[in-house]
Amino acid sequence: MIPIEYYLWLSAVLFSIGVLGVLYRRNAIIIFMCIELMLNAVNLVMVAFSNYMNDAAGQVFVFFIMAVAAAEVAVGLAILVMTYRNTKSTDINILNRLKW
Amino acid sequence: MVDIKVLISWIPIFPLLGFLIIGLRVHKISHRTSSYIACGAVLLSFLFSAIVFAQLLGMPSDQRALTVRIINWIGTMGFSANISFLIDPLSSIMLLVVTGVGFLIHVYSIGYMHDDAGYSRFFSYLNLFIFFMLLLVMGSNYLLMFVGWEGVGLCSYLLIGFWFKNHDYNKAANKAFIMNRIGDLGLLLGVILIFINFGSIDYDIVFPNASSISGTTLTWITILLFIGAMGKSAQIPLYTWLPDAMAGPTPVSALIHAATMVTAGVYMVARNNILYSLSPLALELVLVIGLCTALFAATIALLQNDIKKVLAYSTVSQLGLMFVALGLGAYSSGIFHMVTHAFFKALLFLGAGSVIHALQGEQDIRRMGGLKRFLPVTYLTFFVATLAISGIPPFAGFFSKDEILANAFAHNPLVWTVALLASLLTVFYMFRLFYLTFFGTPRADASRMNHIHESPKSMAIPLMVLAVLSFAGGFMNIPEALGGSNRLQEYLSPVLNAGDNKAVHHLDHATEYLLMAIVVGLTLVVIGIAYVRFVKKQLVPVEDGQLAGISRTVYHKYYVDEIYDFLIVRPIHWFAKVGDRVVETLAIDRIVNSFGHLVTASSHVLRRLQNGSIGFYIFVMVLSIIVILTLTTVADLGR
Amino acid sequence: MTLNLFYFLSFVAVLSALMVVFSKNPVYSVLYLIITFFAIACHYVLMKAEFLAVVHLIVYAGAIMVLFLYVIMLLNLNKETEPHKSNILKFAATICAGLLLIVLVGSLKGAELLLKARPAGDSAIGTVKNLGKVLFTDFLLPFEIASILLLAAMVGVVMLAKSEKKLKINE
Repeated sequence: MIPIEYYLWLSAVLFSIGVLGVLYRRNAIIIFMCIELMLNAVNLVMVAFSNYMNDAAGQVFVFFIMAVAAAEVAVGLAILVMTYRNTKSTDINILNRLKW
Repeated sequence: MVDIKVLISWIPIFPLLGFLIIGLRVHKISHRTSSYIACGAVLLSFLFSAIVFAQLLGMPSDQRALTVRIINWIGTMGFSANISFLIDPLSSIMLLVVTGVGFLIHVYSIGYMHDDAGYSRFFSYLNLFIFFMLLLVMGSNYLLMFVGWEGVGLCSYLLIGFWFKNHDYNKAANKAFIMNRIGDLGLLLGVILIFINFGSIDYDIVFPNASSISGTTLTWITILLFIGAMGKSAQIPLYTWLPDAMAGPTPVSALIHAATMVTAGVYMVARNNILYSLSPLALELVLVIGLCTALFAATIALLQNDIKKVLAYSTVSQLGLMFVALGLGAYSSGIFHMVTHAFFKALLFLGAGSVIHALQGEQDIRRMGGLKRFLPVTYLTFFVATLAISGIPPFAGFFSKDEILANAFAHNPLVWTVALLASLLTVFYMFRLFYLTFFGTPRADASRMNHIHESPKSMAIPLMVLAVLSFAGGFMNIPEALGGSNRLQEYLSPVLNAGDNKAVHHLDHATEYLLMAIVVGLTLVVIGIAYVRFVKKQLVPVEDGQLAGISRTVYHKYYVDEIYDFLIVRPIHWFAKVGDRVVETLAIDRIVNSFGHLVTASSHVLRRLQNGSIGFYIFVMVLSIIVILTLTTVADLGR
Repeated sequence: MTLNLFYFLSFVAVLSALMVVFSKNPVYSVLYLIITFFAIACHYVLMKAEFLAVVHLIVYAGAIMVLFLYVIMLLNLNKETEPHKSNILKFAATICAGLLLIVLVGSLKGAELLLKARPAGDSAIGTVKNLGKVLFTDFLLPFEIASILLLAAMVGVVMLAKSEKKLKINE
């Protein structure tokens, strides 16, 4: 059997790569994709624990995470398209009105 | 019959109520109502005091001390003080004098302040003054006495500066208050010392245990208390406020600066007679200062030309005589002189007020004269008062002054000589004042003389009552040498002779008769000199600019005010200026402003955190997550 | 054998994830992400969660990534229009991510001790039948609410992405 900590470490690596991507890139779409990557890392942990504890709750939760991720992507991309219409760019540094 | 303690508690309440009622409606109340309320309040206090006095007379002489506790004011672990009143022979006499003379002056003010715009305000202040004076006299501990002490100082300030639109009067009021406060510092230090040494500030605890405290401490205490008396009772060096206090209306001068407030110092020393008798050094100090003040003020009064200023310096001088009596250990003589002085000095001031009122404001005696014909009542009562203050028998002043002089002679003939000299000077300047005001040809302007009129009844009746008192007041304490029984002295002896007082003089009757004869004889001689000078030769004092030499120095009060200004007032002003320019502006302002600058600067720095850039926000978020995770992991591992 | 497979799949997943972050062309990023998803789906199969593996592929690789590609093509993004951060920021980002990795690994350190007592039994929970049973009995409420969530998302997207001219006419 593959020890569970291997899966945990794999998931940690994927998660931190996702964080790296969020911090590294300025394009909003790439940032979205890295967020998806982070969600997937979490999914991996869930399934691993579900397997090792013989509990179905983990997999059900992954189900729901996927549903939420789908909804989130849809809405997020819609917002992105609206922003592009107004600013003609996907650079997040242009979106600097979150002050005052 | 109502319980005597209730009566006692109500005595100070009436003037307080009078003050509150008039004071709170001072703009809407009518003149008539305020005069009724004010005079009624003091009259009620007088009647209650009389009932209490009668009650006291009915009790055996060693039990005449009633303590009425109203409420506990301060009650902490180390220090506790009650609001409680002590009625014993000394305070009962003071009560009668304060409320009686106070009532007469209230009635007088109805006529004197008749046209004044601040009529009601005047009466409310007068009532407040009576209230505080009663507190002072009735208090059974030092705290209540101090409250009354400060309160009468406050009322003195309010009343001296009554016509506040005149800037000079305000300055005089300030001067009175500030000089009083300097004395009060000594008083307060004395009370604190008493508390430290005795553990309490109640008379009941301090006086019986006085001999258990060391002599040096007692000397310090008594000297400090006397400094307070110096301020309040206008002795050297804190006397210069009293002549300036004549800026207030004449009833104020009569009530506060003749009869009651300035006698607070005398009362205090008499009350503390046990402490003073145990500190011979302090008694010497009291004697010396009293003597110097009596002579000094008498010399200044010789050349003054304002009718009220003469009387003011006369008050200072007479107060000095009272302190001489106290300093000799003859406390009851001092109190006796205080009572008779209240009568004839109030009468003198009210008479002067009557003259000023008749001449529509003229106060310079060089421009008076010949008023005998026009103001008969004033003339007669003023004459009675002048005779009383000069010590002509059988008027009141004779008995009180004679006792003091006899005590002085028994102590030290030199003291007797100086006191006699001061008394003779008193006779001279009082008769000078009397002759220049009432005799000869009128020197006032024709316009004033045309409108001259005798005072209304409300002013004349108090004059007459006080004249009767000035005549008959001495009979309460006729000495044995003349066949009397010293009734006042005996009445006061439980309070004033409780300590080891070697009070009463022990002269044999022959010496006493001789002294009396000498004094009266010299007095008559001086009256004759004054008569020749001012009536026969009709010498009028010269105008201000024409004095020369020593007369000029004396006329300008020996330039004491100017010396004080140079030595004390100017350095204080200089310090204040330095404090403002240097300490305030350079140091304190900078410190305070630096707080503001600090906030502004830090906000400039912190503002950069909120720059709106999403990348920055995400960065900070990730960093915080790292920090939090680290902390929780470390905490977990540590456990 | 399984272990080797695991290593291979992990390597593929991590490599393609890194390429997602570092590639210049957005379309390449999408493609690399799809490869990552495939690798993770294979992991699911290894852990006997077959149903989940297939669903993962359909939803993620089939729907979400296609959506991404649509948007990229709509916005006409390519290598030249790509904005870049300054080098310092890139360096700082790398350090940050590295720190996060260290902390995560450190905090997950004692996890294997929790599983000392491994319940016995055949783990057939990944099958459709068993998963469906659990889903529709124990987790029925969240299931229904998830459907409402998806409905709300759809409505929201349609509202958001309408073009402005049409909005003005409808008012």
